[in-house]
Amino acid sequence: MYEARFHGRGGQGAVTAANILAAAAYSEGKYSQAFPIFGVERRGAPVAAFLRIDEKPIDIKFQIYEPDAVIIQDPSLLEVKEAKVRDGLKPGGVVIVNTKKDPSELDFGDAEVYTIDATGIAIENRLGTATNPIVNTAIIGAFVRATGTISLDAAVKAVYELSPAKRDENVAAVKAAYDRVKGV
Amino acid sequence: MRLTLTGNQANAWGVKLSRVQVVAAYPITPQTTIVEELAEFAANGQLDTQYIKVESEHSAMAACIAAENTGVRTYTASSSHGIALMHEMLHWAVGARLPIVMGAVNRAIGPPWNIWADHTDTISQRDTGWMQFYVESNQEVLDTIIQAYKVAESRDVLLPAMAIEDAFILSHTVERVEIPDQELVDEFLPPYNPPDYLNVDDPKGFGSLVMPDWYMEFRYIIARAQEAARKRIREVTKEYAEIFGRDYHGLVEEYRTEDADVVMVGAGTMVSTARDVIDKLRSEGHKIGLLKIRVFRPFPYEEFQDIAKRVDVIGVMDRSFTFGYGGAMFSEVKGAIYNTDARPKIKNYLIGIGGRDVTPKMLEDTFRNALRVKDHGLDREMMWVDLKGGE
Repeated sequence: MYEARFHGRGGQGAVTAANILAAAAYSEGKYSQAFPIFGVERRGAPVAAFLRIDEKPIDIKFQIYEPDAVIIQDPSLLEVKEAKVRDGLKPGGVVIVNTKKDPSELDFGDAEVYTIDATGIAIENRLGTATNPIVNTAIIGAFVRATGTISLDAAVKAVYELSPAKRDENVAAVKAAYDRVKGV
Repeated sequence: MRLTLTGNQANAWGVKLSRVQVVAAYPITPQTTIVEELAEFAANGQLDTQYIKVESEHSAMAACIAAENTGVRTYTASSSHGIALMHEMLHWAVGARLPIVMGAVNRAIGPPWNIWADHTDTISQRDTGWMQFYVESNQEVLDTIIQAYKVAESRDVLLPAMAIEDAFILSHTVERVEIPDQELVDEFLPPYNPPDYLNVDDPKGFGSLVMPDWYMEFRYIIARAQEAARKRIREVTKEYAEIFGRDYHGLVEEYRTEDADVVMVGAGTMVSTARDVIDKLRSEGHKIGLLKIRVFRPFPYEEFQDIAKRVDVIGVMDRSFTFGYGGAMFSEVKGAIYNTDARPKIKNYLIGIGGRDVTPKMLEDTFRNALRVKDHGLDREMMWVDLKGGE
């Protein structure tokens, strides 16, 4: 079973990213489960979402404490102790951070670190606004490339089907992020 | 057709497949996305229903009651304080014998404010006469809505029912859900055909005064209807399994109880994780099993009388507490067994209250505690699991 935890801020679409990836995994014949942990439901507050992917049906119903991958949609969360973005990551696990920096500039011990300028990609594709870009579809592209758990095709199809608006722009963001992930 | 859906979307799909004719609801977290989905189905023509916006949960139930009295199938959904506000009307729906189905998304009651999974909101409605189905997966949410209408509308039942799902753990969790064919659902669940309804061509009185010389008989008839529901739930679950291939085993589901000395009891999503923990303890040689309470009202007393004969210890996990004594499920299990000759030790575990995550570790500690009761006797009747600061 592959387990991932997504960290974002309310309004950035972390929960939706996990849900779309769950649908993509399912479309490839895998089993999946995605769920949020809600703190206070307000725009800008730290939020987390969980994703499980497996070859077998997933019957368990509890949060993920030792993820194989941690995805940080908002780099400011690295400085927020309460967001607990580093908690429980498995040894040698995957970390994906939305930042312009190179992986070598981030310290996550023995983790495999990947970076992606998801904010830049969202702005290029006019997803959200320059001050409040919707980065989740770029994050999906980076996740697919860095973890290899789901094919790009399945992710693109799921994003196209599940995007409430700007379908082509969202697909373009997935593909751009897939190509531009640093640390591969 | 298979989709990946949240528990709340699956709930709305169950309503759509049941061709509900009137929906009346008021939003409350974590239920809101059910009625948002239904509003969308109604707006885009996927569900031919009259969607009534109301100013409170009390009014939502009142609207369902009035509509159902005209002979149509109705639905509402709520959580927590919303269900509490409905309380008066919940009694009314039972007394008026209206088979309304409600999606209840379990959420704790404040203060302190808490929007997470906890069974207090529905357990508090135990005495209203509503049937209560506690489910553990999004698929079971959908299937239970359809089954609940079938049971509720049976002529010998005519009682309302709650399909109950845990906040967030189901309501906002995406899982694979199989959507049954509409034609098969139509065959399984024919249109609502009540014996009496408001009809200007055939006037009858509804909700009138009954003097003390007859009120008790009306209550007795409801008691009998709950007994009929017990049988009907078993039949309907079986029929559903034959048509749709998914068997929920009636009122309770046993897991690895065949030669068990200790059996753990729970309801809702905790039982899914519990099966894994049972497997782990079984692999170590412990004779332990699980009994899922799927239906809490009518209470499956016969099933508990049967299991009591076979085991030494029953550990009952309640996701709510009835202040002044113990968990409601614990009290009911104990009460059901008392007049038999069986004398297993029965211990109450208070767990997952207010959305505390029920982890495999927490369940394993709890199950090992129950195994100790088998070897060393009952130390005390109740235990609050994972309580900070200890008891």
